[in-house]
Amino acid sequence: MKKQYFINANIIDPHNSLNEHGGLIVSEDGKIEAIGKKVNINNLPTREKPIDLNGKYIFPGIVDMRVFVGEPGYEYKENFKTLSNAALSGGVTSVVTMPNTDPIIDNVSIVDFLKRRGRDKSMINIFPCASLTKNIEGTNMTEFGLLQKKGIIAFTDGIRTIQNTQLMSRIMNSAKDLGSLIMQHAEDLDLSKNGMINSGIIATKLGLAGIPDVAERIIIERDLTLLENIKCRYHISQISSEKSVEVIKQRKEKIKFTCGVSINNLSLNENDIGDFRTFLKLSPPLRTEEDRVSLVNALKDEIIDVIVSDHKPEDEESKRLTFAQAATGASGIETLLSLSLELYHNGSVKLETIIKALTSNPAKILKINKGNLSIGADADFSIVDINKPWIVKKEKLISKSKNTSIEDKKLQGKVTSTFVRGKELFRLQ
Amino acid sequence: MATKTNKAIKISQKHLLGIQNLSINDVHLILDESQGFIKLNQGKNKKLDILRGKTQINLFFEPSTRTQSSFELAGKRLGADVMSMNINNSAIKKGETLIDTAMTLNAMHPDIIVIRHQDSGACNLLSQKVNCAVLNAGDGRREHPTQALLDALTIINRKKKIEGLKIAICGDILHSRVARSNIYLLNMLGAEVNIIAPTNLMPKEIEKFGVNTFTDMKKGLKDCDIVMMLRLQNERMTSSFLSSNREYYEYYGLTPDKLDYAKSDALIMHPGPMNRGIEIDTKLADDINKSVIKEQVELGVAVRMACLKIFCE
Repeated sequence: MKKQYFINANIIDPHNSLNEHGGLIVSEDGKIEAIGKKVNINNLPTREKPIDLNGKYIFPGIVDMRVFVGEPGYEYKENFKTLSNAALSGGVTSVVTMPNTDPIIDNVSIVDFLKRRGRDKSMINIFPCASLTKNIEGTNMTEFGLLQKKGIIAFTDGIRTIQNTQLMSRIMNSAKDLGSLIMQHAEDLDLSKNGMINSGIIATKLGLAGIPDVAERIIIERDLTLLENIKCRYHISQISSEKSVEVIKQRKEKIKFTCGVSINNLSLNENDIGDFRTFLKLSPPLRTEEDRVSLVNALKDEIIDVIVSDHKPEDEESKRLTFAQAATGASGIETLLSLSLELYHNGSVKLETIIKALTSNPAKILKINKGNLSIGADADFSIVDINKPWIVKKEKLISKSKNTSIEDKKLQGKVTSTFVRGKELFRLQ
Repeated sequence: MATKTNKAIKISQKHLLGIQNLSINDVHLILDESQGFIKLNQGKNKKLDILRGKTQINLFFEPSTRTQSSFELAGKRLGADVMSMNINNSAIKKGETLIDTAMTLNAMHPDIIVIRHQDSGACNLLSQKVNCAVLNAGDGRREHPTQALLDALTIINRKKKIEGLKIAICGDILHSRVARSNIYLLNMLGAEVNIIAPTNLMPKEIEKFGVNTFTDMKKGLKDCDIVMMLRLQNERMTSSFLSSNREYYEYYGLTPDKLDYAKSDALIMHPGPMNRGIEIDTKLADDINKSVIKEQVELGVAVRMACLKIFCE
C-alpha cells in the first residue's frame, strides 16, 4: 500500500482530545503516521500528491456496540459480508455482534466458527459477544473465562434480561473474578410480558399490550444495587426512559458503570408508530417525547456513554404481519452516523460528544484499541460531508434487510469514504 | 341525533375500521339507515335485494356467535352472496399469513370483507391489501365499531337521545374493544362516560380519552342512565389480574343493591356472551323492565345491514 496524505480536513478524535483543522498521513502498513494541524500542504514532501478534503470531516471508525448479524442461522436476514458492506457505508469499522443467533453463541467451539467467518467474509472488525447464560435461558452461566481466551470481549443475553437476581449476582461475581464485561438488556420480563410498545395512551388507543418504563428501571436499580457490593465491569445496553436517566445520573456519582442508548430512542417517539407501523416495533420500545428529550439531554451531559445502532435486520416477511406477530427491531447500522448528526444539526448535542459516544467511549468500555486516531493505531476512519442532504430510501439500503425505522426521512451528513487499516473500502458513488 | 338523513351525505371512509375514523356525520348516516331496517327485520318478508350480485366474505379468526351470525344474516337479508370462511379448515391453519390470505380472497373480487381477528390492527393491515371495503368485526382489544353503533342505536331507541346521558361502562376495560369503541362513540354523541374497573383491568391513561374513572362501582354508577356491563374472561383469573370470581362479583358484579345507585329508570346493557353470577346477577340480566340485552342483539342485525349497505356503495 502506498503512503496516503489527506489535507484540509476537520479532524475530531475524542480519544486524543483532538478537534482541529489539519491533515492525516496513513503509512504503508495502514497505520496512522501523523495527524492534526501540523499535517498541511507546507510540510509534505513535494513529490507527493495529497488528497484535499475541502473541509470535510475525518472521524475515527465507529465502534457499534450492538449489532445483530444473521450468521449463523439467519443468513437470509444478514450475513457477515452484507453487514460489513452496510457498516462501511455508514462509517462503522468495528461491530460488537449479539449472541442471538441459531445456535446461540454460548460455547467455545462456535466462537471459532464465528471468528473464521468474521475474518473471511467481513472487511470490518468483528467482536463477537457470547451469551451470559446457556442458550440464553437465564439459568446456567456460560464459561466466561474460556470464552474470553477464545477472544470474546463481552457477555450479554442480547434481547433477554437476566431475571433471576441470584443468578445475576453470581454472574457479577464471576465477571469480577475474570475481568469480564457484562452487558444487560434491562427489561423486567414479567412486567414486560406480551408487551409490544410503550405503556400509555398510544398503547391504549391501538389496543396493544404495553411495556411500562418501570420494567427497565427496576432491573437497572436491582443491578446497580448488586454492583455496589460486586464491582465488576457492568454496562446497560440501552435505556429508553426518563426514569432510567434519573436513576443512572444519581448512581453514577457513587459507582462505576456505563450505559448506552439506541439511536432510535434518541430520534423517534411512540407517536411515530402511527397506524401500526411494524418497522417501529422496537426493543426497548419507543417512548414519549419527554423520554426522548431526556435521553438527548443525558447524552449531552455525558450521563449516557454510548450510542448504538441496535441494528437488527429482519426480512420483509417478518414485518408484513399484524403488529403482535411482527418481528421486533430495525436495520440501522448504515444510518447510525447520519441520524446521530441530526442531534448536532438541531443544536441538541455537540459534535465532539456525539463522536465520542460513537467511537472512543465504546472502545474504552470494551478495552479495545479502536475508535481512535492515535499515532501507530490502525487507520480505521471515515471521511464525512456533515452537511450533505439525503433521503433514506429502503431500496437503496445496502443491508440485506430493509427494515429501516426512518424510511423517507431527510438527513443531513453522509459518509463519503471509509477506511479500514488504511484501505479505502467504501466510497460514495 | 339528526332527524332526517340527508341523502347527499356520503360516508367519509372506504372501510369501517373503527369509530375513531368516523365523523359525526358518518355515525348519523349509519344510525339513521339502521332505523329503517329494524322494522324490516320484525316483518314477515325480511329479504331485500339491495346487495344482489355483491359478494360478502366473513373472515373470523376468533370464535363468535352473535357477531358472525348477525353479519351473515344481515348480508343475506340484503341479498348478498355471503361466504363465511372456516378458519379451522383453511390455509391459515397451514401457516398462511394474513396478507397472503387477503391477496387470495381479493383475487376472487369480493365487494366486502368482514374480519374479526385476535390481533389489534389486523383489519387495518387487511384494508391496505384489498380493493374492497373492510368491515371490522373486532380486532384484538382495539375496536368493535358495529357493537358500539348497535349499543348507541339501542340507547337512542329507548332514551330518545344520547347527549347529556350519564353512561357507565363496567368490567374488563383493559382487554375490551367494545369499551374502546363505545368510549369514542358515546363521547362523540355527547354522553358523559364513567369507566368502572379494578386498576388491574383499567388501561393506562384511559382518562385522556375524556372519561371519568372509578374503582368503586357504587360511585361510578351514581345517577347513571345506562349501565353497560362487559364480559369477564376466565383466563384473567389465571394471570392474576383478579383473585377470584366471587370476589369480582362482590365488588364489580351488577347486583340490585349496586344498581340502586344508578337512576331508577337505568337500563342494563351487555354485549354478550354473559357470565351470569360473575359480572351480572342472573335475575337482573333477564329483567325485561331493565335489561335491553336481547334488544341489542336484535338491533345488531339492523346496524350491520346499514353498514353493509353503506360501505358496499
